[in-house]
Amino acid sequence: MNGATTHRSFLVGGMVAFALLALLPLFLSDWIVFLLALALAKGAVVLGVVLLLRGGLISFGHALYFAVGAYTVAFLANRFGVGEALVAVPLAMVISGLLAAALGLLLTRFRGIYFAMLSLALSMIAYTVLIKFYDFSGGTDGLSVRGFSLAGVTPVHSGLVKYYLVLVVTAGVTYIGARFLASPLGYLMQAVRYNEIRIEYLGASASHAILASYIISGAISGIGGALVAYLVGQVSPELAYWVASGDFVFVAVLGGTGSVFAPWIGSVVFELVKNYAVKFSPSTWQLTLGVFLLLVIYFQPQGLWGLLTRRRAKPR
Amino acid sequence: MTTAMLDVDNVSRAFDMLRAVDDVSLSVADGETVGIIGTNGSGKTTLLNLITGYLQPTSGRILFRGSDITGLPPRRVTTLGVARSFQVPQLYTGLNVLDNVLIAIAAHSGRGADFWTPLHRRDSLVRAEDFLARFGLSDHATAAVRNLPEGARKVLDVVLSVILEPRVLLMDEPTSGVSARDKFSVMDTLMPTLKERRVTTIFVEHDMEIIERYAERAVAFDAGRIIADGPVAGVLGQAEVRRAVLGEG
Repeated sequence: MNGATTHRSFLVGGMVAFALLALLPLFLSDWIVFLLALALAKGAVVLGVVLLLRGGLISFGHALYFAVGAYTVAFLANRFGVGEALVAVPLAMVISGLLAAALGLLLTRFRGIYFAMLSLALSMIAYTVLIKFYDFSGGTDGLSVRGFSLAGVTPVHSGLVKYYLVLVVTAGVTYIGARFLASPLGYLMQAVRYNEIRIEYLGASASHAILASYIISGAISGIGGALVAYLVGQVSPELAYWVASGDFVFVAVLGGTGSVFAPWIGSVVFELVKNYAVKFSPSTWQLTLGVFLLLVIYFQPQGLWGLLTRRRAKPR
Repeated sequence: MTTAMLDVDNVSRAFDMLRAVDDVSLSVADGETVGIIGTNGSGKTTLLNLITGYLQPTSGRILFRGSDITGLPPRRVTTLGVARSFQVPQLYTGLNVLDNVLIAIAAHSGRGADFWTPLHRRDSLVRAEDFLARFGLSDHATAAVRNLPEGARKVLDVVLSVILEPRVLLMDEPTSGVSARDKFSVMDTLMPTLKERRVTTIFVEHDMEIIERYAERAVAFDAGRIIADGPVAGVLGQAEVRRAVLGEG
């Protein structure tokens, strides 16, 4: 846990990962590049879940912010004809963050199963709203995302441009996440998990720490949703459905909570396994995924990230 | 006459029928070192919980430097300058010793909401290592708190409250769980540090040797009431104290 060396290995590791991901489209087919982009975009939401998990809080409703981010993009494109990512993605972040601030005021009073269930309930309210307010949200059909431009340019190879947009945003979110995890607030969130009484007796506030983390978590998740809207070109209420929230928690556990990189590793592995599971056993792919998670939890309780750190920790 | 550092005015606290603290008044001057003695269940810890706002008194008021702090939550009382340590150490058990100390340092310097600069900042690290060295915890710095011996956990719990640079420090049995061999060395480090900083200190203690050696004034509790209050030798010499607290004759 030495500050200086962790910092250096983080920077080197991050840059190597970024370079590798940037070169991949040269070698891989379009569909797998799309899959990677989708996994990285969803990874942002998983990071949002992980930030709270480190405080011992399970959000079973993070699809809410995912959907709000996605619908912000779709709404701008559909209703206002604004397909500019440099406008829509930051706006999605701000709106998700503001919503998280409002709901967080309520949620920070709860812990454990109550926090999880209330998160779930709030996301299902959003799901219902999206279905019922047809004029506003397109109901169960959802909205299509028409038009995409980046810095005023409408690209010809939009798939590739979107991939690099996702990659750059992922790098930015990873950086913010890493600073958060190493900061006093990041540690205070871990402290929340172990002892709230001591936090109060240090003159700090557990509720404020949770609220601040929740806002950051919601904002990051909104970014993920916005990117997915551009990638898929279509948003629907399913984005806010509890199954989507469950997937984010599933991937968070799969990747582990030990590092800011873990959510993305979990997310990429999840999308790949899911893709091949569907391909090779279309009727039992959920079973394949379930068995896969069981194996990971059984053999690697720290998540997939633990595979990388275990080997390094041993020689000490 | 100057105002006292801490005034407990006719404070009572009842749990159903039980009067855990019964009409207690206590005035502690700036820089004083007060030892509180009494059997289990005589109201000592309840008094600390009342002063720090963890519990609300049923009646009475508590003044800190002349201003009313009755009913303020622990967080506010702590930021005003009243810190406490616990009988059962309250620590972040999954984190290591250094991180526990760094979180206290960050909280004290108002960086609790800082999500951008590292917790392991150089100036904070220097302060943290200084505290760990002074209290003999350096060897444990990277150990997870849940793996620490009970004695070291006790010391760390006290260190966290000393870091807050309080005007008043309340300690609940600071040496219980610390080995007989180490407890005097812990107190020999702790008490001069507190004296040097002019910290008004109130500590609950079962060990009369510790009381005799480190307290200037003793307050004896029995059944929620103060039965004796004064210089240590005088209080420990009183027949009622010997009977009720020390269990003699």
